[in-house]
Amino acid sequence: MDIKTRVIEIIAEQAMLEPGDVQLTHTLADLGLDSLGLVESIFAIEEAFDITVPFNANEPEKSDFDISSVVTMITAVETLVKDQK
Amino acid sequence: MSARRKSNGRRVVITGAGTINALGGDVPSTLAAMAEGRCGIGPLDIRDVDRLAIQIGGQVTGYDEQKHFNRQQIALYDRFTQFTLIAAKEAMAGAGLSFTGELAARSGVVLGTSGGGLNTQDENYRAVYEDGKNRVHPFIVPKLMNNAATSHLSIEYNLKGPSFTVATACASSNHAMGQAFQMIRTGMADVMLTGGSEAMLCFGGIKAWEGLRVMSRDACRPFSANRNGMVQGEGAAVFVFEDYDMARARGADILAEVVGFAMTSDAADIVMPSAQGAERAITGAMADAGLDPEDVGYINAHGTGTAANDKTECSAVAHAFGPHADRLMMSSTKSMHGHLIGGTGAVELLACIMALRDGIIAPTIGYEEPDPECALDVVPNEARHAKVGAVLSNAFAFGGLNAVLALRSV
Repeated sequence: MDIKTRVIEIIAEQAMLEPGDVQLTHTLADLGLDSLGLVESIFAIEEAFDITVPFNANEPEKSDFDISSVVTMITAVETLVKDQK
Repeated sequence: MSARRKSNGRRVVITGAGTINALGGDVPSTLAAMAEGRCGIGPLDIRDVDRLAIQIGGQVTGYDEQKHFNRQQIALYDRFTQFTLIAAKEAMAGAGLSFTGELAARSGVVLGTSGGGLNTQDENYRAVYEDGKNRVHPFIVPKLMNNAATSHLSIEYNLKGPSFTVATACASSNHAMGQAFQMIRTGMADVMLTGGSEAMLCFGGIKAWEGLRVMSRDACRPFSANRNGMVQGEGAAVFVFEDYDMARARGADILAEVVGFAMTSDAADIVMPSAQGAERAITGAMADAGLDPEDVGYINAHGTGTAANDKTECSAVAHAFGPHADRLMMSSTKSMHGHLIGGTGAVELLACIMALRDGIIAPTIGYEEPDPECALDVVPNEARHAKVGAVLSNAFAFGGLNAVLALRSV
């Protein structure tokens, strides 16, 4: 399974949606994901890809992990997988 | 100061205080550190620290349990119980009380803790899971239970009245002290040992907190725009709360009067705080105390250094105090001793007593950049001399449980 499909699956599960309902342009708010849903998604991503995601909930803007939309998160995971593998 | 709103019952005063925490092994050294603005947060010295992402804390350093306790006691006392007994010894020496007969029956203990014997749990899970051992020490349960510290205090000082432990995460100590206050005020008890203790600085304790991604890797900077999270501490503070008439009659040294308490629940979110819930607790404590906003000169903030708490707390204070919010001082001493979770309100009450008794307002250290969402006088970086007649101590817990105490000088 490619990274994009897996990340969408993880986000869909947290948002309690079908993967087909998650669009690349969706924001966390569009998906109804709050701060707890976000940290749980990041944990699931770390477990799925065996990577460490640098993310501090107090300063999300300072993180290299861009959470502004589904596609930015996919891109960030792809970069982390490349860098950490 | 306004007249007391109504007769709430008996007056309650503090006649003893004791502590051990990252700033010092007793009250004088802790208050001196707070007045200096000294930071007790540093590199953690615990097993497997290299496997932690968060490697700092407000640890009680140079601590040797064998200097305080014998072999049998150590077998029974988790670190959080040890801290409690050390703090209580100082508080009891200051109060000059002994408990026999009717007074013993009318005196008790109510303490706050969140993790209880977490070090004991951590060590023994390691023994059975990681080391594969099939046998553990016989005292694990009495050592790890959350009420162990309360029970050992009652045993040590012969306190036979109402005694229990309160666990409301970061508000545990304030809830405990609020209960002790109300018990004396309503006549259920004459003297209560109260406060709280925490010893969560172990691998499992820190690892669990890492998961929430709210911890700072470098410093606790409450209210500063560049804050990046909380830092855990450990330790205890214990106080002797006593009926005012009794304290006066025996000529006790009165440290401060406890005049009000309120608790509220946000009923909203398990981790995100609500300004309305905090505001209701603040205004409730003032109403209970018969204080007007203008009477309050200092607030010891919950001030965790997280993005969520600090702006919510400042908003709550701004709403509760109106124009007076710009005139009062509010600091977070967590910047110095770290967040003691279930013991934090107890150690922070020491800063309130220092403000009332010594006219020294403990600073918020590590303050580097103003935050427009925290635009109050947070006493940045340096302590200040000021005469204040009444103070509040805020505690707002995960789970949305809020507890605020009001004190004034006597």
